[in-house]
Amino acid sequence: MSPLLEVEGLTTCFPGTRGPLPIVDGTHLSMERGEVLALVGESGCGKSMTALSLMRLVPKPGRIEAGRVLLDGRDLLELRVTEMRAVRGSRMAMIFQEPMTSLNPVVRVGEQVVEAIRLHEPVSRAQARERCLELFAEVGIPDPQARLDVYPHQLSGGLKQRVMIAMALSTRPDLLIADEPTTALDVTIQAQIVRLLQELQRSRGMSILLITHDLGIVNELSDRVAVMYAGRIVETGSRVDIFRHATHPYTRGLLRSNPVLAAPGERLPEIAGVVPSPEDWSPGCRFASRCRHCFEPCEAEVPGATPVGEGHGVACHAVAQGRLEGDAE
Amino acid sequence: MESHILSNSVVAILVAGACGLVLAARRSRMWSAAFAEIWSRRRLALCVIGGYVLIALLDSVAWVGGLEGGQDAVARHQAQSVIDRLFADFQERSYSAPLADTEFYGGAPLRHPGQHLLGTDLIGRDVLYLSLKGARVALLIGGLTSLFAIPLALLFGVPAGYFGGRLDDVVFFVMSTLASMPGLLLLIALIMVLGKSTLAICFALAVTGWVGFCRVSRGETLKLRELEYVSAARALGVSQGRILLRHILPNLMHLVIITFVLMFSGLVLSEAILSWLGIGVDGSWGQMIDQARNELSRDPVVWWNVAAAGGALFGLILAVNFVGDALRDTLDPRTVREAE
Amino acid sequence: MLAYVIRRVIYGVGVVFGVLLFLFVLFFTVTSPDDVARKALGERVPPAVIEQWKANHGYDRPLFPGPGAWTENMLFEHYRRMLTFDFGRSDADDTPIVERIRRGMGPSLTLTLPLFILSLGVAIPLSLLVAFFRETYIDRLGVVISVLAMSVSILLYIIGAQYLVGRILHWFPISGFDSDPQLIIRFLALPLLVGIMAGIGGDVRFYRTVFLEESNTDYVRTARAKGCGEGRIMARHVFRNSLIPLLTRVILAIPFLFMGSLLLESFFGIPGLGAITVDAIQGNDFSVLRTMVYIGSLLFVFGQIVTDLSYGLVDPRVRLE
Repeated sequence: MSPLLEVEGLTTCFPGTRGPLPIVDGTHLSMERGEVLALVGESGCGKSMTALSLMRLVPKPGRIEAGRVLLDGRDLLELRVTEMRAVRGSRMAMIFQEPMTSLNPVVRVGEQVVEAIRLHEPVSRAQARERCLELFAEVGIPDPQARLDVYPHQLSGGLKQRVMIAMALSTRPDLLIADEPTTALDVTIQAQIVRLLQELQRSRGMSILLITHDLGIVNELSDRVAVMYAGRIVETGSRVDIFRHATHPYTRGLLRSNPVLAAPGERLPEIAGVVPSPEDWSPGCRFASRCRHCFEPCEAEVPGATPVGEGHGVACHAVAQGRLEGDAE
Repeated sequence: MESHILSNSVVAILVAGACGLVLAARRSRMWSAAFAEIWSRRRLALCVIGGYVLIALLDSVAWVGGLEGGQDAVARHQAQSVIDRLFADFQERSYSAPLADTEFYGGAPLRHPGQHLLGTDLIGRDVLYLSLKGARVALLIGGLTSLFAIPLALLFGVPAGYFGGRLDDVVFFVMSTLASMPGLLLLIALIMVLGKSTLAICFALAVTGWVGFCRVSRGETLKLRELEYVSAARALGVSQGRILLRHILPNLMHLVIITFVLMFSGLVLSEAILSWLGIGVDGSWGQMIDQARNELSRDPVVWWNVAAAGGALFGLILAVNFVGDALRDTLDPRTVREAE
Repeated sequence: MLAYVIRRVIYGVGVVFGVLLFLFVLFFTVTSPDDVARKALGERVPPAVIEQWKANHGYDRPLFPGPGAWTENMLFEHYRRMLTFDFGRSDADDTPIVERIRRGMGPSLTLTLPLFILSLGVAIPLSLLVAFFRETYIDRLGVVISVLAMSVSILLYIIGAQYLVGRILHWFPISGFDSDPQLIIRFLALPLLVGIMAGIGGDVRFYRTVFLEESNTDYVRTARAKGCGEGRIMARHVFRNSLIPLLTRVILAIPFLFMGSLLLESFFGIPGLGAITVDAIQGNDFSVLRTMVYIGSLLFVFGQIVTDLSYGLVDPRVRLE
């Protein structure tokens, strides 16, 4: 069976002082049905822009310059605006990082979910409201009947995110894109939302593209992981591949510097240097300036993906030429 | 005091202030970057404004004597600016159409046939000359008024926002009171009571104009007061006055500049309305437009007077508005709109 | 809610008292009643005539309260008259001011009310359109035209329209007024046209900024993500959230409709309050001018209270306490 989502060479540019900058640069992703893929990277590495590109919601003046986004074999980038609108919210839905501002402040929350349902399905307002009530119960909103008619400012951050999730699920999408769904929440609420997403994913069998910089959540939720650095995917693999057999120097650095995974009592190692800004990206590997294993081709050539195991690929010259072993160290 | 000395010194203060601001701004990275962007986006508008300023400056440097001959004996004993001197002895007896050889009504030969680029007015004054002289009046109205209004607004708005409490209540009450009176009527009432000199008109414009900026500066100060670096300064024992001068005021400068530019065009347009009501500043474009009311009902019609004054006014306001727009976009996307 | 209204009204009354104090300072101390009398009668009248005129207009009391004159003074009189709407007679021609205001209100409203509605009806759809096409050439063109339109002095609009439409095209009379509804449209057409032209630039620019600010919010992105069309987003999400800043501007404009328009009325010969005010200015009629300022601020304070209350209706986050 073909994968649910296949992204090939997706490139999204923003104008810079010296011509367009590829904030998302030739991204390849592939997702099976019912799979949770985590897209991991530091802030500003282009993961949110990747998500918005999939929805074709890149804010101006950004533009998708190249690539294909195949949902069930259909290229979303080829669709007309009205066709794309029918896909958004029904086949694929999205929840955002800021539940505080992502709901319309002057419309009752129930009404906002009803709108989402009625945009895609010819049901009456009363039916949609009934569905909304079920959804509220499903996402664990206490006293759902009363909560239908409140305004967003009357709900806590966690409840708002639950409303956002209910809205996203209202049309039974095949793919849910969750862009940092827990970042803006308190730690205890974060755990609840993660558990909720996990339960919903299992009960509904949908796919989730989880965008986060929190490796703890990745470890809990994901089946497969894609690591992004400075606009490019540097390593993809199963959760075990990434956490146990990380190969790309960046992925290794990232894991080593995570306090959750580190051994107690040790000083956390950090990755030397800083993330280059898009204006300073080199023509070759973008991690080269910070990499201990950097050699000649790294500065000049973009590394292609090298398979190092079943479904495990690494974009690194050192790995490709055997200078760096898959399970080194 | 001689009136030309007064207005010349105002111009000198304005020019010195502008130079000082530019020099101060060049030392700060943020300001030079902002100005570089505005220069690249609004080069033409800035050049137009520069042209008006240059004309106004030429018209502000005035001295007595040095004129020989000519039929206007009185003028020789008054201060004459560079512009006056360029157009000395350039009068006709009555209307002349642009570049005409004979008088408009009656057809008597002109003293300077074909030389009045924009024609002459009822008493034979060259319209180009009058339009050029209007530039100084317009800049004086905008500049002098802002010189009153902006410091006044900062003087009340910043302490009100910073200290709050009773002081804030009083300032807020005074602002509400002034704002509740219809602007144009208040302006007219003030001018009728204070008299119709340029200074009185600028003062009246300032009294009606300072409230808006006072509200903005109070609001912005309230916001700044809560910021960490101000709390930090307070925790370190920096004196209140020093916090106001070193930490609050510099962060209001962008609002001062935007307000100045946006206020400027409003002031010049207000003066045109005042002129029409008979209480404007002498020699302004508004007065020239006012006179055109009768000229347009003459037959054949005298159009060049209103066209020249209206064009000059429109050119300046348009250039200032374009620059103001760019300034607002670059320096502050939100705060100023709330005050409108 | 009730407590809020009461507090708001008390503050409003305070502001009105402040305005009256300001007017007193301006019209009784900066210019004394003697100055006013001399302006009305001429510079070289004998003092007895001036005293007589002051007595007739009720300006013959001491200015400030003092022993034996706690109520018999100008300050008290000024407050008493203004607060009881007993405006007295015009300084210039002795007609009762209340009578004039009553006669002027009708013609003013016949001009300003349609002007207000038409301006809104033109400016809001136009700015929604411009905001809808943001970052395209339509938007940029709209902004440039707005700035051009607002850079032209209203005097030029009036002169231009009178000349072009009235004298060259002969479509409408260039000035005049008639209460006959059949004729009134012919007289109002030109001032309405000029009024809309003069205001449209600033209006469109203001509303566009408001709409654009709302279009860049997170909840609009959410609406897009759930498959909302751009038109629906504009109408349902952007417009509804823009109501708060719009209301401030719109409701505050309504009271001033009663004041008429100084320039349009006097230019186009409409005998409304605006024209009365202009006559007062040109005839040095301080009592009329003072009364107009007072009425204007009364209306403003009233409008402001209504605006504050209306926030509670359009924005569920606002609670009036």
